[in-house]
Amino acid sequence: MRFMAILKASKDSETGVMPKAELVKPMVEFNEQMARAGVLLAAEGLQPSSRGARVRFEKGKRTVTDGPFAETQELVGGFWLLQVKSRQEAIEWIKRAPSPFGDDTVAEVEIRELFEASDFLPPEDMARLEALRAEVRRKQSR
Amino acid sequence: MQETIRAIWRIESPKLVAGLTRMVRDLGQAEELAQDALVTALERWPEQGVPDNPGAWLMATAKHRAIDALRRGKLAERSHAELGQELEGDQAHGGVDPDAALDDTVGDDLLRLVFIACHPVLSSEGRVALTLRLLGGLTTEEIARGFLVPEPTVAQRIVRAKRTLSEASVPFEVPRGPELTSRLASVLEVVYLIFNEGHSATSGNAWVRPELCDDALRLGRILAGLLPDEAEVQGLLALMELQASRLAARVSPEGEPVLLLDQDRGRWDHLAIHRGLAALARAETLSPERGRYTLQAGLAACHARANRSEDTDWRRIAELYRALGHLEPSPVVELNRAVAVAMAEGPAAGLTLVDALTRDPALRRYHLLPSVRGDLLFKLGRLSEAGAEFERAAALTRNERERALLLGRAARCRPQA
Repeated sequence: MRFMAILKASKDSETGVMPKAELVKPMVEFNEQMARAGVLLAAEGLQPSSRGARVRFEKGKRTVTDGPFAETQELVGGFWLLQVKSRQEAIEWIKRAPSPFGDDTVAEVEIRELFEASDFLPPEDMARLEALRAEVRRKQSR
Repeated sequence: MQETIRAIWRIESPKLVAGLTRMVRDLGQAEELAQDALVTALERWPEQGVPDNPGAWLMATAKHRAIDALRRGKLAERSHAELGQELEGDQAHGGVDPDAALDDTVGDDLLRLVFIACHPVLSSEGRVALTLRLLGGLTTEEIARGFLVPEPTVAQRIVRAKRTLSEASVPFEVPRGPELTSRLASVLEVVYLIFNEGHSATSGNAWVRPELCDDALRLGRILAGLLPDEAEVQGLLALMELQASRLAARVSPEGEPVLLLDQDRGRWDHLAIHRGLAALARAETLSPERGRYTLQAGLAACHARANRSEDTDWRRIAELYRALGHLEPSPVVELNRAVAVAMAEGPAAGLTLVDALTRDPALRRYHLLPSVRGDLLFKLGRLSEAGAEFERAAALTRNERERALLLGRAARCRPQA
């Protein structure tokens, strides 16, 4: 299963101020730890919204707005892509991260599961695989 | 809470078992101590809450059990010295486990565990079960589910494997130098076996199981972190990422298998391709002499780099098959090379190579040989010969769908009334 862990932006990340060394080093080490454990697919930081843009789709028209955008806590500051065996494992890994903006600043990471190709498989196929598994379990309980 | 503890176990158990194995020099006892710590966690954490550092808590708990067992004479004498040193180290740090700050120790411990779990003295199934359990942190239930066998079967394999290791008095050392290279081959074989079980149709079961591919990829990445200078580790990782990148495109919406050249490349996982190509580049930098996994990854990369099947670099594929054939001579590899040569230089050039293979006894019952020959003859306009080859191929294959396909091709070779 894959999960995206989305770090919400902060006032500092929005000003484009580079995080202090004492924040960066533990975060780099944490990412390396996840890589060595085989669960890290990607870890990226996003530049402030002042350098970004929004494309709005409405009634067949597209409108482009340049940043910055106001609602800091809802903006994305960075993300991780993790490959793990359960939602709980994704949560446990993120809990092990150092405080993204230091202990004095509130930070929030939202964790969302990705759709996988198998989510789009015909339901009959999934049912057949499950039936095969059930068959194996039945045989073993005799 | 159950799910939380399970997840924590999956994250922490490899390091835990690895460290305990070093201390007590016995895999069976190390696992027992680890399991005891888990049981204690299952009892205490629901009430007391999960500790801030669950890994350290589990290790401390397991060590206490180890001391108990030592006192009651349940541990061998050889464990005594190691344990004693560990505890002295703990006391110097005020009774707190220094944690994975000592990455070298943890890395070495895990490596040791890898080589034990994949020891050549064990059966293939034993190695697979042990590796998934000890390094993947999977339960026997999860392993059984992945391999579609009953749980007691997996449990038995693990018991047997531990007994074999103990009876063979396998030394608990990380191999070095030339021994590392040969032992590494056994490790990579286990990981790729797990990957293939999830990736290809085997034992009559046509179900792709992506979770097993994920497990293998995870193991591959762990290995890459432990052995960053080993080219073939990167090569295997590249091969797995590139093959896994096509999983979504391999089966049509109706459940039919789709050949690589016919796949919808929009459904390929391009992030996986990116990771695979990066690993391949590292492999080729680490060793100009490409090993079997690096070569196979190179083959997969040729397809991955082509936006459309028409853009495939068949010349490069032919050259890679030639290199693979030098490394591991095989008529099947040569057949694949012939196909690539035909794509690069035309069917006549490929046919020359295939004709040479028709004399090889190893391929006498291999349905792909007449199938390929039929295809090349068809392209050269030699229809009646092509039809005969397709019929021969259809008679040799055991796969119903494939037989139907080949008979269909044979029919199209006959003159239309």
